[in-house]
Amino acid sequence: MQVDLAQVEEAAKELYIRALKLLPDDVKRGFAALQARETHATAQGVLGTMVRNIAVAEETRNLLCQDTGIPIYNVAIGAGVAVDGAALKAAIRRGCERATREHPLRSSVVHPITRVNEHTSCGREVPVIHFDFTDEPERLAIEMVPKGSGSENNSWLRMAIPADGVDAIKTFVVDCVLEAGGKTCPPTIVGVGVGGTADLCMSLAKRAATRPLGSRCDDPEGARLETALTAAVNRLGVGPQGLGGDATAFAVHVEVAATHITMNPVAVNMQCHSARRARATFTPAGVEYGF
Amino acid sequence: MAHHELTMPATEAQVRALRVNDTVTLNGTLYGIRDATQIHMFDRGRRTRFDLRGHAVIHTAPNVRKVPPSAEHPAGYAPLCVGTTTSARMERFTRPLMTGYGIRLVIGKGGLGGESLAAFGELGGAYLAIIGGTAALETTWVEAIEDVDLDDLNPESLWKFRVKGFGPLLVAMDAHGASIYSTVSQHARDARAAVLASLGVDRGS
Repeated sequence: MQVDLAQVEEAAKELYIRALKLLPDDVKRGFAALQARETHATAQGVLGTMVRNIAVAEETRNLLCQDTGIPIYNVAIGAGVAVDGAALKAAIRRGCERATREHPLRSSVVHPITRVNEHTSCGREVPVIHFDFTDEPERLAIEMVPKGSGSENNSWLRMAIPADGVDAIKTFVVDCVLEAGGKTCPPTIVGVGVGGTADLCMSLAKRAATRPLGSRCDDPEGARLETALTAAVNRLGVGPQGLGGDATAFAVHVEVAATHITMNPVAVNMQCHSARRARATFTPAGVEYGF
Repeated sequence: MAHHELTMPATEAQVRALRVNDTVTLNGTLYGIRDATQIHMFDRGRRTRFDLRGHAVIHTAPNVRKVPPSAEHPAGYAPLCVGTTTSARMERFTRPLMTGYGIRLVIGKGGLGGESLAAFGELGGAYLAIIGGTAALETTWVEAIEDVDLDDLNPESLWKFRVKGFGPLLVAMDAHGASIYSTVSQHARDARAAVLASLGVDRGS
C-alpha cells in the first residue's frame, strides 16, 4: 500500500480538531460507571457538570477543554506499507500547524527558555511523533493525543531499588495521587510505568495513561496491579476536581517492561477526565476516523 | 450553603459574606489572567491600564479568533473556547493581585494554597472553584471579549470578558480560613495508611 501524504496531512489536521471536540465512547462509559458509584453529593454535581459539558461540546461543535495541549501523534505502520518516513513526519507537522491556524486553535506550545509562542502548536521536537510497526497488513494508523498540561505537570519518576520490592511501586502510585490532588482535573486515568530504563519507564506511563478505558495490561502481573491500585486510589477520597468524593480515578493503567537486575523503576503520568484521543486508519479502501 | 448572585465589581462585605460550600454566579465583568500575564506584571514591572479594584480574575488563556473590531467584538477577538487552568502554579501571585490591584475573587480549578488562604482572610477575598475541563459549557456564559491588555503575551493576555450567568461556581476557599482543598487533602492523607495496608504494603518505603 502506497501512502498518500496529502491525505496524511489532512488527517493530521482533522485528528487534532476531532480529538479536542469528541470524547471517546469508552471515556463516556467511564463517566457513567463513576456516576453510578459516587456517594458524595458535591462529587455527583461535579460529575454531572462534566457529562453535560461533553454534550454541550458536541451540540456547539466546540472544544471540550480550552487546553489544546501538546500535540502527540502515534503512528503504527503495518506490513506492506510503503512510505517515506521523513516525508510522513513533515506531513503530520504541516497538518498540526494547519489545524491551529485554520480552526483556529490556541497554540499552547512555547520555546522552553525564551517562552516564545510560534502560534503553530509546533516547535523544536513538537508535535511529538512516535513510530511503531505492526504485522497488520496494508494498514497505517495514526493516533492523536492532545496532552493537557494540568495532568502532564503531575508526572513523576522514581528509581526504586530491588530491595524495595513491589511495595515501592504501590506506595509511589498512592503518594503521586495524593500529591496531585485536584491539580490533574480528576477523575483521572493514572498511567503507571513499571520497569525498563528511566526514559522507557516514563514512556510506558504515558502509554498507560492514554490507553482506552476497559483495556488491560497484557502482562498478568501488570493487570493484577491495575485491579489492586484502581480500588486503592479510589479509597483516598480526593474525588472529582479534588473537592472530595469517591471518583478519584477512572482507572489505574499499568504498562510493564523488563528491567535491570539492580533496578526497580516506577513512573506515573496522568490523564485528566477530558481523556481525549482520535485515530485515523489508512487502508487501501481509504481513511476511516475513530478513537 | 447559600447562593449569591454577584454583579462585578463586588464590595469587601459581599466577598466576606461568602462561605465555603456556598455557590456564586457572576454577571458583568470578569478578567482573564494566566502564568505569563502575572510573571510580567509582578516580576517584570509591567502595569495594566485596567482598573481591577473589586473584580474577579479567572485563571485562563482562551481560544480566540481575530476578527475586525465591532459592537459584538469590541476588542477584535471572538471567544471560541474559554476554559480554566490549574490555579496552583499561580499561588504566589494571589497576594500581590489583592494588595496591588484590589482583586477580590479568584476563579480557578484545583485550588490555591495556604498563602492565598491567609491573604483572603487578611484582605477580604475568596476562591471560587469552576469545574476544570468543562470549557464548552463555560464558553456559553461568556458574552464577549470587551477589551484586552498586555496582548503581546497572547494567548496569556489580560482579557476583559463580559459574562452573564457565569456559574454556579463553588466557594472553595473563603475569607474565614476555610478551604475545601485542605480539608479533603488532610482526609486523604489520613486515609493513606489504611489504603497502603489494603494493598498489602506493610512497611513504608
